Amino acid sequence: MIERFQYDNRIVKNFLFVTIMWGVVGMLVGLTAAIQLVVPSWNFADWGSFGRLRPLHTNAVIFAFVGNAIFAGAYYSLQRLLKARMYSDMLGKIHFWGWQLIIVSAVITLPLGMTTGKEYAELEWPIDIAITLIWVVFGINMMGTIIKRRERHLYVAIWFYIATWVTVAMLHIVNSIELPISMTKSYSWYAGVQDALVQWWYGHNAVAFFLTTPFLGLMYYFLPKAANRPVYSYKLSIIHFWSLIFLYIWAGPHHLLYSALPEWAQSLGTVFSIMLIAPSWGGMLNGLLTLRGAWDRVREDPVLKFFVVAVTCYGMATLEGPLLSLKSINAIAHFTDWIIAHVHIGGIGWNGFMIFGMVYWLVPRMYGTKLHSVKLANAHFWLGTLGIILYAVPLYFAGFFQSLMWKQFTPDGFLMYPNFLGHTAGDQDGLRTARYRR
Amino acid sequence: MSVIFLLIAASTLVAAVFLAAFIRAVRSGQYDDDRSPAVRMLHDHPPAPNSLTPNPSPKERGANPSDQ
Ligand code: HEM
Ligand code: HEM
Repeated sequence: MIERFQYDNRIVKNFLFVTIMWGVVGMLVGLTAAIQLVVPSWNFADWGSFGRLRPLHTNAVIFAFVGNAIFAGAYYSLQRLLKARMYSDMLGKIHFWGWQLIIVSAVITLPLGMTTGKEYAELEWPIDIAITLIWVVFGINMMGTIIKRRERHLYVAIWFYIATWVTVAMLHIVNSIELPISMTKSYSWYAGVQDALVQWWYGHNAVAFFLTTPFLGLMYYFLPKAANRPVYSYKLSIIHFWSLIFLYIWAGPHHLLYSALPEWAQSLGTVFSIMLIAPSWGGMLNGLLTLRGAWDRVREDPVLKFFVVAVTCYGMATLEGPLLSLKSINAIAHFTDWIIAHVHIGGIGWNGFMIFGMVYWLVPRMYGTKLHSVKLANAHFWLGTLGIILYAVPLYFAGFFQSLMWKQFTPDGFLMYPNFLGHTAGDQDGLRTARYRR
Repeated sequence: MSVIFLLIAASTLVAAVFLAAFIRAVRSGQYDDDRSPAVRMLHDHPPAPNSLTPNPSPKERGANPSDQ
């Protein structure tokens, strides 16, 4: 008797659709925030001011754009790798709609100014609880599928998904312990520098386990698939996984260099950050070398092009990150636009481009169609690549000069440039005031 | 800085869970074959389009690796 079953593609399509939708929203809000930095008059009302739109941007791109893409990719690849339909269609539906509801509530509450004030964990306590519940639903659905699988070996991508699930659950719960004082306001359980430490232990690992490990899972699945050749070294991918898992979690203090955090904890963060170069670059090379002998196809296939730039950006961000963890370099970069450049090499270059490649590969397969226009996809690719370069390079310069300007003093010992915004091109009034004051 | 002990405890707990998972994976032979999984994942044996039509023959599968 041949056992027959179908994959659940509905859930993949749903997640793909919202990935694209929230991607557009999140990046438009990012663009608005960027314009506001140059043209302050774009700050309209309280709800439309930079301070409220910025967290809306980060939440929308990270949890809506990137998050939904992770779910789309995971639901597609899990079923194929495990040769099994998802454990429960119902749980999948709850996961999908629950997650969208959480996003919508973020879109409403953040502009209204309801926030915990903790970066990447701004959402207030009722939403935190909802996130926990939906995350558990996803976990049950994934583990259930793994348990009923028809394939003994767990492909490396699945390990990356499992690690993502376990660690994000722990981070979210520990960082979100808070004292509610009303439905819309709570205070962190931790105080002062203790809160800062918990926050950046979370913040760093959110980058590691939401923007990195799930995407490595996606890379190890979709890149070989799109190239139609096995990953360069499967052994290396296993080493990549296990070494990342054991190193990543200790690197958080690199966000708190020169703070009140004990010296030894700061050094620990730096040491682990440097060690991270090895597995990260091992993984990047493993991805790129998978394409050896297929470069002629890369020239033609926009999907592979997106993946090449994505993996390269992963390499750049993971070399830059450890450098930024060195105290001498962090003293220059911290608080400046350099960090913003680093963030977007990772966020747009690595996450965004992996997503674009994955969407272009999945949509025709899910709908049994052909790409409407390969030319348009190529245009998308070149515009995006140019965009990343134009985004990052000026910010590197800006960051450097910001840092130099902040370290200059007047003979009386005052800051030479007290109001940095007053010196940006757009704010001529500010510039005049600053000149007048001096 | 007492909170650092909470973080170390939580991190160590997760690390221990992963260490246990790693040891179990190695013992159960998950990593005995570190070649074929990379190749096997390339071949999707698509399930039947719906439960009424039979699985495609192996030959068809080989010819059309894309799956729905
Ligand atoms: C069209 C694309 C995008 C634009 C125009 C944009 C713009 C911005 C702007 C203006 C800021 C605030 C910078 C500041 O405070 O000085 C920002 C912050 C941020 N963006 Fe984007 N962004 C884009 C795409 C993305 C994507 C795709 C991601 C991630 C997947 C991302 C993640 C972030 C993060 C995490 C921050 C906070 C950085 C920090 O606090 O250090 N952005 N973005
Ligand atoms: C081994 C890899 C990496 C290391 C060691 C690392 C290290 C760092 C350091 C030292 C900072 C600056 C902290 C500060 O002075 O404010 C930072 C900021 C950041 N990095 Fe990385 N990074 C790595 C990879 C990545 C990747 C791949 C991404 C994105 C996908 C990323 C996203 C971010 C974000 C979002 C921030 C801003 C945090 C904030 O202040 O809001 N990093 N990283």
